[in-house]
Amino acid sequence: MTRLRELIRENSRNPNAIAYAAMAIAALTFPGIAQFATGGNADYLVSLAADGGVFILLAIGLNVVVGFAGLLDLGYAAFFAIGSYTYGMLASQQLISSPIHHALHVPFWIALVLGTFIAAGAGALLGAPTLRLRGDYLAIVTLGFGEIVPRFFRNMKDWTSGVNGISALDIPTLPFWITGPWANAQLGIEQNFRFVSFNPTAWYVLVIILVVGSVIGVNNLYGSRLGRAWMAVREDETAAAAMGVNTVNTKLLAFAIGASFSGFAGAFYGAKLSLVSPDSFGFIVSITILSMVVLGGMGNIPGAMIGALLLYWVLYKFLPDAPQQVAALADNLGFHGLNTVTPNWPGIAEFVSRLKFILFGLILVSIMLLRPQGLLPSRLRTQELKRGVHDEPVAAPTV
Amino acid sequence: MIGALARTPATLRNFGNSQFATLAGLFVVAVAVVLTIQHVLQHDPSYFFQILTIGVADGSIYALIALGYTMVYGIIELINFAHGDVFTLGAFISLALFPIFGIAEGGNGLGYVLPLLAVAVITMGLVAMINVTIERIAYRPLRHAPRLAPLITAIGMSSILEGAMYLWKGPFNLHYPDLLPTTRLNISGVSIGAKDLIVLSFAIVLVVAFTLFINLSKLGKAMRATAQDRDAAQLMGIDINRTIAATFFIGAVLAGAGGIIYGLYINNVAFDLGFITGLFAFTAAVFGGIGNIPGAAIGGLLIGIIAAFNNGYFDSAWTEIVIFGILIATLVFRPTGLLGMRVPEK
Repeated sequence: MTRLRELIRENSRNPNAIAYAAMAIAALTFPGIAQFATGGNADYLVSLAADGGVFILLAIGLNVVVGFAGLLDLGYAAFFAIGSYTYGMLASQQLISSPIHHALHVPFWIALVLGTFIAAGAGALLGAPTLRLRGDYLAIVTLGFGEIVPRFFRNMKDWTSGVNGISALDIPTLPFWITGPWANAQLGIEQNFRFVSFNPTAWYVLVIILVVGSVIGVNNLYGSRLGRAWMAVREDETAAAAMGVNTVNTKLLAFAIGASFSGFAGAFYGAKLSLVSPDSFGFIVSITILSMVVLGGMGNIPGAMIGALLLYWVLYKFLPDAPQQVAALADNLGFHGLNTVTPNWPGIAEFVSRLKFILFGLILVSIMLLRPQGLLPSRLRTQELKRGVHDEPVAAPTV
Repeated sequence: MIGALARTPATLRNFGNSQFATLAGLFVVAVAVVLTIQHVLQHDPSYFFQILTIGVADGSIYALIALGYTMVYGIIELINFAHGDVFTLGAFISLALFPIFGIAEGGNGLGYVLPLLAVAVITMGLVAMINVTIERIAYRPLRHAPRLAPLITAIGMSSILEGAMYLWKGPFNLHYPDLLPTTRLNISGVSIGAKDLIVLSFAIVLVVAFTLFINLSKLGKAMRATAQDRDAAQLMGIDINRTIAATFFIGAVLAGAGGIIYGLYINNVAFDLGFITGLFAFTAAVFGGIGNIPGAAIGGLLIGIIAAFNNGYFDSAWTEIVIFGILIATLVFRPTGLLGMRVPEK
């Protein structure tokens, strides 16, 4: 108990520790609270939260490339697409209509690993020819790559069904699963469990496990020799090379490891949605993930996660709900005229839904103007920049 | 350095060898050219010229937009994602101004020259002021912030502009009046649309005027100096903020003109038009060598021609893949673009 109290006291001024603790508590209690608050009708909310977990995974992965290694990636959704299509093609009836005329049904858990490695391979493949490039040139190459990959999947109609995408993907299964009141069921063990779409809690638990694993893995990488090499390359590539850092391998590994996260996130996303379509991986997705990382605070893992959660909530809950909420508010306040549709006025709900691009843009611009470092910037980096890294150890921050 | 690379596979090391990369790049270009010639020979020669004129006209519009990208990148190293939407805004504003100046489709041909010019001048001025405002609000406060911060605000501004046009005209394709003559000229057996020629000549006039401005005027000199070394330029007494604002102003003038020309040529605009057009124009800027003004113009023309050839002779579903493939290949094999100078990396 004293140990715990010490731990709390030590970390009570560490914003990262607070962020981790808050997110852990929120993740654990969310399904229960949501079910309780909505009287057991929170399946939609839990499912939405599970999708949000996918974006957290993506933000963690992109944070490795952009935040740690300083390689700006404007086409990250390409790896997400590769992960999704890996699962879509390897675990459905899709390949029957392809030139090989034979469907594959790889189990989800193996496909998850395969997707990870295939995306990592694609990351290395993209990284290899771009090693000569620096800074923005690299960013532009990744932008081109991100534009090409979804279009390539769309155009390879024989293999991927083109614009229709691949549907009816295999449902992941487990030999047993624990159910309980958090999923509106009796506490007990269910055998031969199937991850069906009307049981979002199972998907939610799965994504939380993936996120926790990723956070532990990335935190270890951050402190490892490779992590330090990434940061050295980010700060000054020439100096890093002079210090004996193998910059080629370091950058390739950043691309590969960063991409691997979107590989399994993509496989998970495809399996949960049971649909893979080329439209879900456009430039706007890459930009959204990048915005999540930058908004949260580049190079800081909990920062990227918080940025992902915040932006995901804005894009997938706040903005879609806003029209109805505003319409209801207008009714409650007595402005019934606002809800009347006339030739010149589409009604307040439609009007607000048309505002969504402007609102999204305003959020991006205002957060960047108010906090250019992000919501939760990397503390170590701030210290290095503000106090300099001299021989003496950096004192614990007082604020 | 050799020690640092010791554990890297040999193929990767060879990729860093520019001679190998150049040879590989030339090989890819040669294959593409041979394939295209083969397809061209299978069709009628008049079809070739038809495709070529479409390509040149499209390309001159890309060139006008690419100039704005290349200037802004040259001066503050920012990929101005909002620039494509500034171009769309030019088309939208001019569309709204037409009724005010009594311009309607199917009216008296030559009588529209003066009102059309007035619309163009007002549109270019409005768009330029909007672009300068964007710079003032979203980029200037972040000049010393982390490099990615202005990139995110640029994306935000792009979203705001698209949202404003969406709110204004809705998500539909809008018809843009077809005011240019539709006659076709017969020049020594080759049929060329008068429309294509007008578009091309407008673009040439603007690009030449712009090049002269950059090379001869005092402000142009200040822009070149600021692009080269901002601090040194400031020490020489150049007002950096004013110069950068002027860059955004002129870039938007060209983009606004591009928007009008696009509308008159294609007769169809939509609020999200700027996204893919902007990316193509940006590719053109990179292709020609980013920061290089004649490079952007030539890059724009080439991108337009390549896109038109791909649409005309191959499958249009692959056009974007080809264009972005060119983008990647340019950067990998010749990072400084077709006309870019070799500059030492900082």
